[in-house]
Amino acid sequence: MSTPFVPVLAGEAAPEAPSPVTPTKVPYRGGQANPTAGDLRATFGNAVTHVDVVWGETTVVVDRARVHDIVQWLHDDATQRYDYCSDITAVEFRDAERAIEVVWHLRSIPFRRFLRLKAVLPKGQPLEIASVWDIYRGADWLERECYDMFGIRFIGHPDLRRILMWEQYREGFPLRKDFPLRGRFSRSEQLRQALAQNPEAKYSMEELSIAEAFEDLPADMKDRLGTGEKVGE
Amino acid sequence: MGLEARAGTTGVSFNPASQESWVTTKLDFLVNWGRANSLWPMPFGTACCAIEFMATAASKFDLARFGMERMSFSPRQADVLICAGRVPFKLAPVIRRIWQQMPQPKWCISMGACASSGGMFDNYAVVQGIDTIIPVDVYVPGCPPRPEGLLYGIMMLQEKVMRERMSDRWLRNEMEPDPASQLYIPPPLIDELSEPFGNSVHQTRSGL
Repeated sequence: MSTPFVPVLAGEAAPEAPSPVTPTKVPYRGGQANPTAGDLRATFGNAVTHVDVVWGETTVVVDRARVHDIVQWLHDDATQRYDYCSDITAVEFRDAERAIEVVWHLRSIPFRRFLRLKAVLPKGQPLEIASVWDIYRGADWLERECYDMFGIRFIGHPDLRRILMWEQYREGFPLRKDFPLRGRFSRSEQLRQALAQNPEAKYSMEELSIAEAFEDLPADMKDRLGTGEKVGE
Repeated sequence: MGLEARAGTTGVSFNPASQESWVTTKLDFLVNWGRANSLWPMPFGTACCAIEFMATAASKFDLARFGMERMSFSPRQADVLICAGRVPFKLAPVIRRIWQQMPQPKWCISMGACASSGGMFDNYAVVQGIDTIIPVDVYVPGCPPRPEGLLYGIMMLQEKVMRERMSDRWLRNEMEPDPASQLYIPPPLIDELSEPFGNSVHQTRSGL
């Protein structure tokens, strides 16, 4: 976090922000682009490969190597202030040749803007992209989910491991197009592996209380939770 | 007192005119009457069936009429596990642990299509019926079942409880799948046996 956090109250935006209106007669393609798209082109030049406006929402496709710089700029720049990362996900298309796209949904609460940022990960190359965890702490679980479902590695993520499937899950990445709907293993093998997982071993209270907060706990609670709370037998 | 099962008899059905004495049958009746009318449910609600379960427990349908006044949110003080909703594989060890924590006597109701068979979720993430993890006494069909359906399932369970005999030696046997026992079938053999009948992992709808 390079800039101090300035809270924005609900319903309160920067004076120059347009007042909220309910959009009517939005065209499918075309229409007015988010002014941020032009600013990105002016600032990053060739790193912005494509700008598209669909149903009034602006999509900016950027160079995969510059994603972290661009998101950092969007977050820090006084004329942008994209302070809320609402989603990080990925898209794989039915066309097997077509590249996987990673998508960031960013929202600027002070300027009432929404921007969809995309980066393209071509097939045949390692599925790696820079993590934005150091800019938005909320990206932590979103990137873990994206890794869990698509196998995209976010470089710089502090704790990149599965979040929806259990950690010993061996069948691959379920939302990829080459993943069969019913999984790769037989039902009995799936059940055997699922029953072999040990939930208590993974989710200690220490892990759930997220490192820094652990030090602020009362001493007796720290003693109790230090080695993981005893549950079950 | 007629407590011994006769040789050659299998299953839970006993001839009432057998050696069971007046004392044990009356005691059976008393115990079963008490148990059947004070079943404490342990709700395991994971999906929309749980909404119907809540409606069943609320004032309009009033589960308390059947002695289920007290919802037990601890498996230690529960009699009947009501699994309402789909169970993903990640929850499989959890529901098995809850079942193991419940003291005997215990029963299980599988509520709805997903809990009973996986329902429409024939995919990589969902258990294809909780009877692959824990023993089930009553299956309630429906997606989700209406409260009347669940109440009917509960009444069927009460009927089942009323028919229990203390002379039945197999009644409280918990058959854990011990790999050393003859009852245990290794997973590859299950696959081999079930393949001609359409083990669902070998079929795909989309061809992908």
